[in-house]
Amino acid sequence: MNHQLNPANFVEISQLSFKRDGRSIFDRLDLVVKKGAITAVMGPSGSGKTTLLRLIGAQLTPDSGEILVNGTNVHQLGRHDLLAVRRRMGLLFQSGALFTHLSVFENVAFPLREHTNLDESLLREVVLMKLEAVGLRGAAHLMPDELSGGMARRVAFARALALDPDLMMYDEPFTGQDPISMGVLVRLIQRLNQLLNTTTIIVSHDVEETCSIADYVYLIADGRLIAEGSPSELLKSSQADVRQFMHGEADGAVPFHYPSRPYLEELSDAE
Amino acid sequence: MLNRLATLGQSSLNTLQKIGQSGLFLGGLIIRKPDFLKLWADLRHQLYFCGVLSCLIIIVSGLFIGMVVGLQGYHTLEKFGATTQLGQLLALSITRELGPVISALLFAGRAGSALTAEIGLMKATEQLVSMDMMGVDPIARVIYPRFLAGVIALPLLALIFSAVAIYGGYFIGVDWLGVDSGSFWSNMQVSVDFRADVVSGIIKSIVFAIVVVWIAVYEGFYCTPTAEGISQATTKTVVHASLAVLGLDFILTAMMIGSW
Repeated sequence: MNHQLNPANFVEISQLSFKRDGRSIFDRLDLVVKKGAITAVMGPSGSGKTTLLRLIGAQLTPDSGEILVNGTNVHQLGRHDLLAVRRRMGLLFQSGALFTHLSVFENVAFPLREHTNLDESLLREVVLMKLEAVGLRGAAHLMPDELSGGMARRVAFARALALDPDLMMYDEPFTGQDPISMGVLVRLIQRLNQLLNTTTIIVSHDVEETCSIADYVYLIADGRLIAEGSPSELLKSSQADVRQFMHGEADGAVPFHYPSRPYLEELSDAE
Repeated sequence: MLNRLATLGQSSLNTLQKIGQSGLFLGGLIIRKPDFLKLWADLRHQLYFCGVLSCLIIIVSGLFIGMVVGLQGYHTLEKFGATTQLGQLLALSITRELGPVISALLFAGRAGSALTAEIGLMKATEQLVSMDMMGVDPIARVIYPRFLAGVIALPLLALIFSAVAIYGGYFIGVDWLGVDSGSFWSNMQVSVDFRADVVSGIIKSIVFAIVVVWIAVYEGFYCTPTAEGISQATTKTVVHASLAVLGLDFILTAMMIGSW
């Protein structure tokens, strides 16, 4: 199935199915990311949010369905073209994924050295500018093992921004951040989106922070889309599973317990 | 019974798949057109890491093995009144066999295991994936310089090993046990053929280098990215590489003696 990309959309996912180890992660998922907007994909842990980013970046191949990024079906590209498309994407990993043998400065400089021919003084300016944006210019000489988790994430942020990507994807950007760096990150993501018109996808289960900046939200659970809409629409939703997730209720339509036999029955086995 | 048969079949299929996968991996590395300008900094770093830092263990081992062969050889040759042939015995056994084989085994333990652990940890901490997402091929940027450095370093280390071992034997035979220095060197010079002995040793160590580094980078790149997965991959590197070196040594020796 091949269809024309709506020019207002940057990413179009249609009828995406993906299985891993026999378990279905996505089942005929449809999802659209508008150009220049902040789109959030939320859902409980294990609902395949990170997998979705890997599928968009074509690090995983779907079993069926297609993913168009800026009009290109990324899963039909050869290795060379795919690497070229990825240069226009930035992905902020949950762990930061900094290169441990390189300093903070060299980490941010890495994509620039690989993909541009900037001379050393210009490269230094660009790197310092990116580090300034995340408030870590003073940490340029440090090695990744000298950084706290939050700082490492911000350095990774600066590195993902190095090539001014058209599409920025954030994998759980708010997890494990203290309130101050959380606020900084939220503002950074928003400012970047507004100033550079970068299309943004945030994958997260932090409802409050994500809803404060997202233009549009998709809620996924069990491989299916359970709701979509603006944050305020979803917060007001009367759908049981949506309300449970958006308001953080412990048990409800989405069960708290992993599928199991009745507790009493299992306990009596041990006797 | 049927279950056991099925398990056996499954594990054979898995092994075959792994062999095929590693074969394609090696093929991809060999036919790669390297960009030496970009590669140089990494290559230099890896040559230092694999080569220079392995020198100590190679030199010390070479010295002791040369000394032991010198001692054992002297006492055996003495029974036949042929101690002047010590130089020949040392040079032939070391350049043909001990130099390439033992340096490859030491290299697998010292550098091969470290390569696997390093690449495995890069995988576990998502460094390889993030590089891939930046549009940089991790095979070109991480695997290839390590592969190339290992393939260059090991034959040179084997040469150093052989030279040091011969001096170790000289020290024992001539300085300690009193073999005549002139006959030690002249017998060696007469009996050692450059092409049949030295070159065949170098060819062996090039083959060992490719196999050891191939196993090391493959195991690192395809390991399960967990603490347990990395430790298993590191063990596999040392075990598989050592067995491969010993097995290939026999095959290469048979081929060299047969056809030359």
